[in-house]
Amino acid sequence: MFGILRTLWLTFLHMGHRRVTVGYPETRPALPPRYRGRIILSRDPDGLERCVACNLCAVACPVDCISLQKAEQDGRWYPEYFRINFSRCIFCGFCEEACPTYAIQLTPDFEMSEYVRPNLVYEKEDLLISGTGKYPDYSFYRVSGVEIPGKDKGEAEREQPPVDVRSLLP
Amino acid sequence: MATIHIDGRPFPARPGENLLQACLEAGADLPYFCWHPELGSVGACRQCAVRQYSGPDDRTGRIVMACMTPVTDGAILSIDDAEAREFRASVVEWLMTNHPHDCPVCAEGGECHLQDMTVMTGHAVRRYRFTKRTHRNQDLGPFVNHEMNRCIACYRCVRFYRDYAGGEDLAAFATHNDVYFGRHADGALENGFSGNLVEICPTGVFTDKPFSAVYSRKWDLRGAPSVCTHCAVGCNTIVNARQDTTRRVLNRYHDAVNRYFLCDRGRFGHGFIAAPSRLRAPLARIDGRPTPVPVQDALRRFQMMAQDGPVVGIGSTRASLESNFALRTLAGPARFSTGMAEPEHGLTRLVADLLRTTPARNPTLHEMESADAVLILGENVTVTAPRAGLALRQAVRQATFDIADAARIPRWMDAAVRTLGSEARSPLFIATPGPTDLDPIARATSRAAPDDIARLGFAIAHSLDPTAPEVADLPEDAARLAADIAATLRAAARPLIVAGTQYGTAALPQAAAAIATALAAHGVDAALSLVLPDCDSMGLALMDGLSLDAVRALARDGGIGTLVVMENDLSRRLDPAALDALLAAVPHLVVIDHTATPLSARADLILPSATFAECGGTLVSTEGRAQRFLQVLFPDLPLQAGWRWARDLAQAADPGKAPDWQDLDDIIAAIAAATPSLAPIGRAAPDAAYRLDGARLRSEPPRISGRTAVRANISVRDRPPPAAPDTPLAPTMEGAYGPATPGALVPYYQAPGWNSVQSLNRFQQEIGGPMRGGDAGVRLLDGDGTPRPRPAYATAIPAPFAPRAGEILLLPEPRLFGTEELSSLSPPVAARVEAAALRIADDSGTAPTIALRLDGQSVVLPVIRDPALPPGIALCPPHMALRAFTAPAWAIVQPDGGDAP
Repeated sequence: MFGILRTLWLTFLHMGHRRVTVGYPETRPALPPRYRGRIILSRDPDGLERCVACNLCAVACPVDCISLQKAEQDGRWYPEYFRINFSRCIFCGFCEEACPTYAIQLTPDFEMSEYVRPNLVYEKEDLLISGTGKYPDYSFYRVSGVEIPGKDKGEAEREQPPVDVRSLLP
Repeated sequence: MATIHIDGRPFPARPGENLLQACLEAGADLPYFCWHPELGSVGACRQCAVRQYSGPDDRTGRIVMACMTPVTDGAILSIDDAEAREFRASVVEWLMTNHPHDCPVCAEGGECHLQDMTVMTGHAVRRYRFTKRTHRNQDLGPFVNHEMNRCIACYRCVRFYRDYAGGEDLAAFATHNDVYFGRHADGALENGFSGNLVEICPTGVFTDKPFSAVYSRKWDLRGAPSVCTHCAVGCNTIVNARQDTTRRVLNRYHDAVNRYFLCDRGRFGHGFIAAPSRLRAPLARIDGRPTPVPVQDALRRFQMMAQDGPVVGIGSTRASLESNFALRTLAGPARFSTGMAEPEHGLTRLVADLLRTTPARNPTLHEMESADAVLILGENVTVTAPRAGLALRQAVRQATFDIADAARIPRWMDAAVRTLGSEARSPLFIATPGPTDLDPIARATSRAAPDDIARLGFAIAHSLDPTAPEVADLPEDAARLAADIAATLRAAARPLIVAGTQYGTAALPQAAAAIATALAAHGVDAALSLVLPDCDSMGLALMDGLSLDAVRALARDGGIGTLVVMENDLSRRLDPAALDALLAAVPHLVVIDHTATPLSARADLILPSATFAECGGTLVSTEGRAQRFLQVLFPDLPLQAGWRWARDLAQAADPGKAPDWQDLDDIIAAIAAATPSLAPIGRAAPDAAYRLDGARLRSEPPRISGRTAVRANISVRDRPPPAAPDTPLAPTMEGAYGPATPGALVPYYQAPGWNSVQSLNRFQQEIGGPMRGGDAGVRLLDGDGTPRPRPAYATAIPAPFAPRAGEILLLPEPRLFGTEELSSLSPPVAARVEAAALRIADDSGTAPTIALRLDGQSVVLPVIRDPALPPGIALCPPHMALRAFTAPAWAIVQPDGGDAP
């Protein structure tokens, strides 16, 4: 008898509390920019793919849901294919932490439900966005020492011009 | 054994080694760059600093370079010492000041010695804020990538390339911070061991170019122990694969065989596995056209064929023992051919017999390195057995080591020893028709026709032992050379005679055996090494069978109903007319092969077999060492091992009598039971039931990535791992792994903190010594250890070579790239193949080409004139312009043909 009255009382108390349930999808939740949702691949400020196929995201992934194959063109590395099996992804963000080029980023989009699992396998075309994402300025190849079209040896940040190997001058 | 104290703990150490080796053997993590177990110490990088104390009372001690300090009994040192740690941290920080921000796009990343050492010294944050020096790269050919910015100037590359492998086109340029390692200009690295730069370089300056095109990180690669199939030396390799394709071949250390290095043919020759010439489905000739058919249909077709008369099997020197044996079982021992034509067939058996009966050592490659006098009798070893050529190059250094020992300088003190002995070379005599890569370091070379070289050999034997037959009519200069060589060999402690079957004459191996026998009669510890052409030549010599000539005779008599050819391209063995006659006399031709060949194009039934990467098997090297290769790929039917096809054919033809082998161990047991000379092959490697720590061995690193995504585009369901009944290696990342892994089963090298190939140090009992888990392979020709009776000397001394007018003696002169069958199908090797050309003595002609007629074929070849060559002979690469040319043959020189452009 006392238990029933106490339960009614507690329920009655909650009528005065602030509502936490959101009327999704009519009301959209406000998610912070660092929310870990759908994974994207970004581009560098020059509009080229940032991903250099270093495989660090794949090896950092605790559920092994990222797979890619390196390819190369004019000294630039890029992924021949880049596949994320979102039906396995746990959105831990380790891939983003591992990425040395800010290519792979997690976004505040979580609306990716599907009725069939194969639809959750995203290829590079599905992942690649046209912008730079959270890091507007960084370009890996401006820092790296490799030569690519438009950036000769010695033209990266903090680099001297190439050495003349036939000179013995100090 | 000396005892050294590292940070207060005693460890055993070998006197004579250096402290760095001793520390590594003790399991300590001491970083280093310039030291290499095979190249010795130069003290260039200053990375292996430790503090050494002069005694228990010494509290200050001093910083020494461990690699430059010999072990002394009771030495006290500290790796953990604060100042030594700071010293090492500073050194790596200096080395890193100019290192580019490249790791994500560097093919060395994940297996980089520089990464490991940087982590080991604790250098985590770059304090250097100034500019980095940069270098331009060079195009070094199809094998090796060059990215000079990454160089830390340890000098290992030039020390290996120039000092160890004898290359001349890689050098150090410029000074101080700007030091540059490269060629004088762009161009392919000329040395046949350039691929080792990939493993020698501690960072990403030299990386594997073909691997870069199909790149995967080391942690993503499945590995399996394998054996190189591109010559008869039997170098141990690791084959790496990912996603059902082979990616690269790496060296697998074998204490007695290839040790740290592979030749470029072995390292880059695996491309035939994925070449367009691969056969992937059974093909039956329907309406004159090869048409893919199901396996059951193919077997039913064979069943019909087998009713048309006896089945004859032709094996192959490039197929495993298991495949050859299965075919032998299918056809019956009396109708099994070794797949070799004369003279190769007889020579191969002769070599096996000589190695079994000659009272001389049959040396391992490592023992060849310590020979103090070498005679090469008519074999261009650097192309027929490249890795053995590299071993012979080291043998020349024995005199240097003697001087160093006398001066009490340890042998690992590389720069000092090389400077001290720069003029001293152990005697190396080379008698070959043409020039060889070893000529520059030889004491004397003799250019002569093979028969004259054999006569020189017999003359040496006679000079050593008067009971050996005398050579009549020997020219005076040859007699003098023979006496000189005989005296030198007699004076040596460990002389070595090398010969082979390259020039198709039995007199050369017989002469070499006669010299070794004569030396043994004097009580000299002589060694005899004989080189065979193919990876399983020795296995077939021990298995025995008919020659191809006998098969031709059988066919002429109508004694063949179906000819089953196992992985053998007969168009390389029989000239076109002989092959046509053979095939015309055979009603049905079945070819089991992994690669399409001119022969398979004529087959009625083609069955696709597995390459060395896709099945397990055993090969017997020219040294008589049976070694196992294990599969790294697990293809679905219809691709299966050659022996499984032969078994299935036998079951289709006669289910009652057919063998019922299920896995590799079944057939190995059957071989051992049927062939006494091959009985020990089961011990070549642990069988599939082997367990380490109660578990199968893993063949994938524990951090393999992308398992749930790699096939997700095909199916998101998990696939069970493939069944692997033939191997003790699980095809997954689950299983045992550690430094105690048997040498025959190492799938990759990795140890905590050591991700590069340098982690090999942890797998050896001592640096440069045997593997902790035991060495791979089993030697078959050694007998039971009882002293061998002295065999009778061969008496068939050939007559002096006499040139013929209007004719020229064509001698087969194989090449490192282009004459070996399978490696030539590999794109990077194919890129290094030069067009066939004929090397002839100076005939005072000027025509750029020469026209020849041989066995009814006419061929026009470009000419290289070489005045050093004896007159009347010509060196011609086999299998190139004349596909079936393998043995010496007289060719008619067509006088008018030479003028044609």
